[in-house]
Amino acid sequence: MKRLQARQLSYRIGDRLILDNVCLDIKAGDNIALLGANGAGKSTLMKLLLGLLTPHAGEVLIDGQPMGSMKRRAVARQIAYVPQSHVPSFPFSVAHIVGQGRLPNVGLSHAPSRDDQTYVQQALTDLGILHLSERPYTELSGGERQLVLIARAMVQRANIIILDEPVTGLDYGHQLRLLALLKRLAAQGISLLSSTHRPEHALASANRVLVLHEGRLIADGAPHDVIDSALMARLYQVAVEQIDTDGHRFFIPC
Amino acid sequence: MFPSKLYTPLLLSLLALIVTALCALLLGRYEISIHELSTFIATLLGLSDMPAQRYDLLHSLIIEARLPRVVAAVLVGAGLSVSGAAYQGVFRNPLVSPGLLGVLSGCAFGAALGIIWHLPPLAIALVACMTGLIAVAVGLGIAHMFESPSILLLVLGGIVANALFTSLLSIAQYMADPVDQLPSIVYWLLGSLSAVDVQALWIIGPILGVAIVLLCLTGRAIDALSLSDDEALSLGVPVEQIRGGLIVLTTLICALTVSLAGMVGWIGLLIPHLARLLVGPGNTRLLPLSACLGGIFLLAADGVARSVSAGEIPLGIITELFGAIAFVLVLHRVRKGWL
Repeated sequence: MKRLQARQLSYRIGDRLILDNVCLDIKAGDNIALLGANGAGKSTLMKLLLGLLTPHAGEVLIDGQPMGSMKRRAVARQIAYVPQSHVPSFPFSVAHIVGQGRLPNVGLSHAPSRDDQTYVQQALTDLGILHLSERPYTELSGGERQLVLIARAMVQRANIIILDEPVTGLDYGHQLRLLALLKRLAAQGISLLSSTHRPEHALASANRVLVLHEGRLIADGAPHDVIDSALMARLYQVAVEQIDTDGHRFFIPC
Repeated sequence: MFPSKLYTPLLLSLLALIVTALCALLLGRYEISIHELSTFIATLLGLSDMPAQRYDLLHSLIIEARLPRVVAAVLVGAGLSVSGAAYQGVFRNPLVSPGLLGVLSGCAFGAALGIIWHLPPLAIALVACMTGLIAVAVGLGIAHMFESPSILLLVLGGIVANALFTSLLSIAQYMADPVDQLPSIVYWLLGSLSAVDVQALWIIGPILGVAIVLLCLTGRAIDALSLSDDEALSLGVPVEQIRGGLIVLTTLICALTVSLAGMVGWIGLLIPHLARLLVGPGNTRLLPLSACLGGIFLLAADGVARSVSAGEIPLGIITELFGAIAFVLVLHRVRKGWL
């Protein structure tokens, strides 16, 4: 089932073409890693898919319906966004931040109900951060903040979650736990698209890889089919040696 | 987001506001006892009786002389405080005060013009209010000249509007008659409730009151705006429309307070921090609490202004003096929160 489709998306800033004729579709249970060098157009593509930017050509469809014709709240019930975490100005509690994930369903004019609070407790419990519930979000570590934002996306109950470099800034343990969590979510049928600068993570945990290079989508397929030393050389202009053992693939700089 | 059961701070502060307002009615050169005030209020409500002559005296003292001033103090204090709290949320910056987009400098210029043109008090108030709105419109217009206005562009637009209308005010002051008009302008800029025009209060008061209540009810929207624009949009919140609406409402409130009482500084910065210290950053409770505390603070400041010396100290001086000192104390307590 195609949940989210991009048809011939193009986007430019001034005369510069940032994205050129990008087509893709996202299905239930996809756990997609979006690879690309800095400036390849990853962020722009994610913003277009979220409806935060309007494409200069092409369109985005949600369940076959053009996003442009949908209300923002209706879009928000389908797609959740996990941005790179930043520290807000005011020390809102973790429960408050996660509770805002209910906004697309509750709206601004109604107070959240007891059900909404239950969703929040449930998401915090699932992620093992229930104990942070009343802590100020501003006082958390980067890894904890990332988990809080994922919890917010979960209570949004959207079918699709788009994550902007979710492992950036996390320590080794948090990175691995986060990748495992994403795998779990995908197994539940949620579609995930995460941008990443780590090909080895894409190999280890994604079931599909999209590669953007200079604004074009140059590859779309299973991680082991797509990610090899030739791609590393093309994307990042580095020479690496590729090692395959027991179905695992590693790269060593040479 | 979840309004906890703790409405207690709100109810307490509302109670404190009412008590302070009643105390303010007692305060003045002619002393009224609590007993007299309660008998008077009971008589007013038809529950009790008192000698007609005494009733008339108290009526002119309380209803005609003191009540307008007390009402104005509550409205101005509440208006500036709730505006400050709303602006801090909308602009995601705890150091923002209501003058950010130029409304106060615009009002000041309008009032100076009104004084130079020898307009009656009500007209001065209305001109001040209009120029305040115009100043913000200029600031927003500048921000809209470039793509879709980010918060940074709005702030920069506000800086330009502030500079523009401050210079216009300087021109007006330069052209004013130094014997007669200049002192009036300066005194007006210091802020005061002594000259609250009852006629102006009748017109401005109800609008201001309704606007304050409306703004107090926007807590959830401001909470949503305190995320980044992209996050709020991806949660289905129409960021630009809500921000625009809040700026219009807040600007109206500020312009109306200035047209009633001149420039009363510091409240809009101090009180929201004090309120945040008491109930945390959630705007559903922060806004109404700021309004109540602002009313209390200005009643107290006005009480000091009119009882410290035989003459009257301009209110703006009191609020800035006490505001500055109080802010240091608040900073001391709040330090780990957002600094």
